[in-house]
Amino acid sequence: MSWDLFLLLLQASVTTIVVSVVSIVLGFLLATVVCAGTMSSNTLARGAGRLFVSFFRGTPLLVQLLLIYHLLPQIGLDVPSEVAAVAGMALCTAAYQAEILRGGFGAVPKGLMEAADMCGLGAFATFRRIRLPIAVRLTLPSLVSEIIMILKASSLVSVVGVIELTRMTQDLAASTFLPLPLYASAGVIYLAINAVIAGVGTVLERRVARGHA
Amino acid sequence: MTNAPAIRVQGLVKRFGKTEVLTGIDLEAARGEVTCLLGPSGSGKSTLLRCIAFLEEATDGFIEIDGAPLGFALGPDGDRMRLPPNDIRGVRSKIGMVFQQFNLWPHMTALGNVMEALVTARGMSKAEAEERARARLAEVGLAERATHYPSELSGGQQQRVAIARALALEPKIMLFDEPTSSLDPELTGEVLNVMRKLAEGGMTMVVVTHEIGFAASVGHKIVFLDQGKILVEGTPGEVFGKPRHPRIDQFLDTYLDRGAAGLL
Ligand SMILES: Nc1ncnc2c1ncn2[C@@H]1O[C@H](COP(=O)(O)OP(=O)(O)OP(=O)(O)O)[C@@H](O)[C@H]1O
Ligand SMILES: [Mg+2]
Repeated sequence: MSWDLFLLLLQASVTTIVVSVVSIVLGFLLATVVCAGTMSSNTLARGAGRLFVSFFRGTPLLVQLLLIYHLLPQIGLDVPSEVAAVAGMALCTAAYQAEILRGGFGAVPKGLMEAADMCGLGAFATFRRIRLPIAVRLTLPSLVSEIIMILKASSLVSVVGVIELTRMTQDLAASTFLPLPLYASAGVIYLAINAVIAGVGTVLERRVARGHA
Repeated sequence: MTNAPAIRVQGLVKRFGKTEVLTGIDLEAARGEVTCLLGPSGSGKSTLLRCIAFLEEATDGFIEIDGAPLGFALGPDGDRMRLPPNDIRGVRSKIGMVFQQFNLWPHMTALGNVMEALVTARGMSKAEAEERARARLAEVGLAERATHYPSELSGGQQQRVAIARALALEPKIMLFDEPTSSLDPELTGEVLNVMRKLAEGGMTMVVVTHEIGFAASVGHKIVFLDQGKILVEGTPGEVFGKPRHPRIDQFLDTYLDRGAAGLL
């Protein structure tokens, strides 16, 4: 297998990384909104949040991607396939991240908020300085797992025409008749990317572990 | 104002749904007085303390701190009227609270815990806040532990940090809800000593405790709660001396702690 082929794989993995990272970041922002909904005392907001979570967790990402890809032109949005791919992945990971965050917020002991209240911190300062940092620390391992899951799930976006790492490998394997070295290389690249994510996660976890009971 | 008691509780009622947990409590604490709240489990001690801290809103009745109404006041037409949030915040800032579970923020060092509200809520500069926080930590004997996280401290040390955190905000009143109940017996002494020093310094304190020895030696007033009512109230001598109320006898049989018998 030549260097040229490997370089093509690396190029495609840039697409994999970009699509994944954008989806994860957008998904996190959306997740905080969905999470606020599911934890809200407002019945409508809670119902909407729960419906969102049950739909996007209860259907395969593959189906969601195809649905969005065919739905967007129907409602007059003619967008590139990359956008459809990111939209599908962001919605899906938002549902999972919202549930992760909900668990985290729920696990912050009530007494810590009462202590903040007695110290006069006020609702916003209590959220920003006490509740959010503790919830994120508690859920860090789950959030890292979710990032890794999304990176691997990004191989599915080829169904809407995005040429990412898996799709590029398939195409090259078909044209060069070198499936074995190509798929092995793709596996190594996925592994390397995820090793970096896991490594960063471990460093962060170790840094916050000291500030933990 | 200047002659008002530090705490005045009048006709306090607290219901959770249909269960009436406090059934009309009247209580006064003079400045510098140490009131120890005793009573069997479920008698409403924590609920009363939490109402005084305004962590729990009473269903009926009034609380005054240093003469200022907390949360609710009697309106012009004689009805119970909720006070604006700013008033509530102002009165509550006079109250410090120490919890059974310490409730230190795990992601901040001892120093960070004590500094946090000084900077975030009181708008103090970091340098000024640190100086005050270090002084309070030194007073509870933890000057060398300032940069430790709660997980790196013993229970007794954590509780002393929690006391320093409350004291840094210069409260007029300190409330303690079973401050030593989750500590190993050998660690309760260091916390009780800090509290004893605080009492000697003239702090107004309300302490829920099962440490009868501490209540008898440090308390100026003992209040015995039973089923949401004050059953007996008086000096330690009056409450623990003979003849005793039969419920107190019963209670002492259950809770009498190490060395306390000799004090009675
Ligand atoms: N949030 C709540 N909702 C419903 N009932 C409550 C609530 N908090 C307390 N209670 C009830 O009120 C009663 C008094 O509780 P409280 O915690 O004040 O008792 P306590 O005297 O502090 O007991 P302990 O010694 O066990 O701490 C109990 O019967 C308890 O079940
Ligand atoms: Mg209690």
